[in-house]
Amino acid sequence: MTATATSAHSELTELGRSETALRTFLHGLPGVDQVGAEQRAAQLGTRSIKTTAKAQAIDLAIRMVDLTTLEGADTPGKVRALAAKALRPDPADPSCPHVGAVCVYPSMVPYAAEVLRGSGRAAGGTAPHLASVATAFPSGQAPLEVKLADTRAAVEAGADEIDMVINRGAFLAGRYREVYDEIVAIKEACGGDDAGRQGRPRAHLKVILETGELGTYDNVRRASWLAMLAGGDFIKTSTGKVPVAATLPVTLVMLEAVRDFRAATGRQVGVKPAGGIKTTKDAIKYLVMVNETVGPDWLDPDWFRFGASSLLNDLLMQRTKLTTGVYAGPDYFTLD
Amino acid sequence: MFEYAPAPESRSVVDIKPSYGLFIDGAFVDPADGGSFKSINPASEEVLSEVAEGGPQDVDRAVRAARKAYEKVWGPMPGRDRAKYLYRIARIIQERSRELAVLESLDNGKPIKESRDVDLPLAAAHFFYYAGWADKLNHAGFGANPRPLGVAAQVIPWNFPLLMLAWKIAPALAAGNTVVLKPAETTPLTALLFAEICQQAELPAGVVNIVTGAGETGRALVEHDGVDKVAFTGSTDVGRAIARAVAGSRKKLTLELGGKAANIVFDDAPVDQAVEGIVNGIFFNQGHVCCAGSRLLVQESVAEQVLESLKRRMAQLRVGDPLDKNTDIGAINSAAQLARIRELTEAGAAEGAQQWSPSCELPERGFWFAPTIFTGVTQAHRIAREEIFGPVLSVLTFRTPAEAVEKANNTPYGLSAGIWTEKGSRILWTADRLRAGVVWANTFNKFDPTSPFGGYKESGYGREGGRHGLEAYLNV
Repeated sequence: MTATATSAHSELTELGRSETALRTFLHGLPGVDQVGAEQRAAQLGTRSIKTTAKAQAIDLAIRMVDLTTLEGADTPGKVRALAAKALRPDPADPSCPHVGAVCVYPSMVPYAAEVLRGSGRAAGGTAPHLASVATAFPSGQAPLEVKLADTRAAVEAGADEIDMVINRGAFLAGRYREVYDEIVAIKEACGGDDAGRQGRPRAHLKVILETGELGTYDNVRRASWLAMLAGGDFIKTSTGKVPVAATLPVTLVMLEAVRDFRAATGRQVGVKPAGGIKTTKDAIKYLVMVNETVGPDWLDPDWFRFGASSLLNDLLMQRTKLTTGVYAGPDYFTLD
Repeated sequence: MFEYAPAPESRSVVDIKPSYGLFIDGAFVDPADGGSFKSINPASEEVLSEVAEGGPQDVDRAVRAARKAYEKVWGPMPGRDRAKYLYRIARIIQERSRELAVLESLDNGKPIKESRDVDLPLAAAHFFYYAGWADKLNHAGFGANPRPLGVAAQVIPWNFPLLMLAWKIAPALAAGNTVVLKPAETTPLTALLFAEICQQAELPAGVVNIVTGAGETGRALVEHDGVDKVAFTGSTDVGRAIARAVAGSRKKLTLELGGKAANIVFDDAPVDQAVEGIVNGIFFNQGHVCCAGSRLLVQESVAEQVLESLKRRMAQLRVGDPLDKNTDIGAINSAAQLARIRELTEAGAAEGAQQWSPSCELPERGFWFAPTIFTGVTQAHRIAREEIFGPVLSVLTFRTPAEAVEKANNTPYGLSAGIWTEKGSRILWTADRLRAGVVWANTFNKFDPTSPFGGYKESGYGREGGRHGLEAYLNV
């Protein structure tokens, strides 16, 4: 398995060298039946997660949250507060885990870093990652040089995860090679792969497909494979800045893609639905889907994240309800 | 690991009486000879209730009550008034759906997920749909003023007890007939609760009569002289016997019998959805489905990939307590059915096919069978020819579309078939050549009251559902 997977991997990485090979491969992937995919996603949404399973799911979901603020109106103060909340989501309960990451614009990275890497962090404990969107987020409409500079600046400022957007115009026009090359270049700007790069900062690359603009599940599957072939560490649904963000069926198609990619190449890629996930109930549906589509290997903040802001408070509210038996009012949870 | 904690539906929502009589002429009555039998929960073998066994005298009484109601009340009643009762029944089914779903899962063994999300919504939908036809029969395409037949004798199976009741009773009443219905002996309880719903809806006495019992009761019913129409859903053997019994009489007959459906997966199929369709096709309702996709025909070039995905998916199926909301596969309905499934799977293994099941823990009490697939099956194997009526899939391969069609049609049955391909023209080409009453494309086991359902060849004759379903209950 490993030997064949490795050779398959090198064969697949060759694909990026030729527009024709890339197109043939992407168009040769099995289709996605829209009705069937949506039906399966809806079925998984009917699982009933109660008591101990719910408690377990809530803590896992908190650990998977990329606590996000991506507003023009963001201030250093707001970002510091957000980072503090990411470290200790429930100040009253030390058993509450910290979130997966804080996700901000590049200019806000230093303020988040201050808190996450500073004295606020528990001695010897782990801290949330620091993610930054880059590459002219959310439109991606900038020259490559600008996107690369954007990325490098975020990494230099301390981001260890970069959320890039793909060039949807090029993808929808069928210029797959262009999209591929851009992801490869951004990955390089993130510090490339681990091997032989000691001492240089290296950031994990999350590739945002902006599935709300891709139109079909077939395109979601193709874009997922394209991003993985180009070296993306995570594939992410959305920027949160277009009307349709993460949905269960889109996430299902992406999970199937990472599952099949690992079977073909041996390399595991993470998935991040982002935007529109607001309640604990929603989050649990996603966890059930991960559990039953790709299995426990992905049930970990290293491999699955939620891009969300208001979700965290609902998770905390439900967590408190489970431990105390009563719902606390919204005033008991901090606003971000 | 993410373990789902038990999430049982409460069984206290349904009140099961210790014993039930026969529902004749609007009231529960004791059987003439006092016989009874027990209905058990197949998931635990616990006795749920004691149910009256109807004999020839009881059947006679029920048919007379139905005749009287037909002549005096239901036959002369304007269609719009019959519709009112049917709409009322449909609404009560919806209102009491949780109760009915729990009872169905207790008595039948099917997962609550299915009784809640499939059986109950569809049963209510059938009553709503045919209620709409009751005052529009002149426009159903059977000429002006089509007349009902009279008294319908209806014998239904145990796999979808309440849903089959709805398929039978709704069109019969809409068309102006009255009915005597015999539910299966292993699953009589939801029909008896339906009798209570008829009382609650103030349906005139005698329009619906429910006579519980086993094969002998059913025989007495279909052979009764006072019956104008016989409708049966069940095994091909019993269907043959009924066809013989009513031959030469005035009785109009519809039969919905067995099946051995082919689910054909072409190499350009949407694989992930096809796998869902295969699972839904054979493991839905423990495979106790006459139109189950029990033969998987998969194109050789993708066979390995499809089987690998199928096995991975099957490992996710949760077998166990039917009342747990997360259960995917419940209990086999009876000891007799379990014995039949075992016999055929043993024959499959003995004939050289390779048997595979995911590892799953089966409860100790009750009747259980793990989801199973057989690979390396040939057309000559018993498991490729006989209806197993259990969670057992036979996998065959093919090379060309012509070979797929030939294999699919090479069966005495012809109830349903499935086609999986992303190519529209291939769907049409294949569907044109399949000899099956229902052909699903890129889906499986989809039911709707507006769509006719029924078989070719030994899968029976007549159609249920849709406008076509009215014909079986009209004198046309």
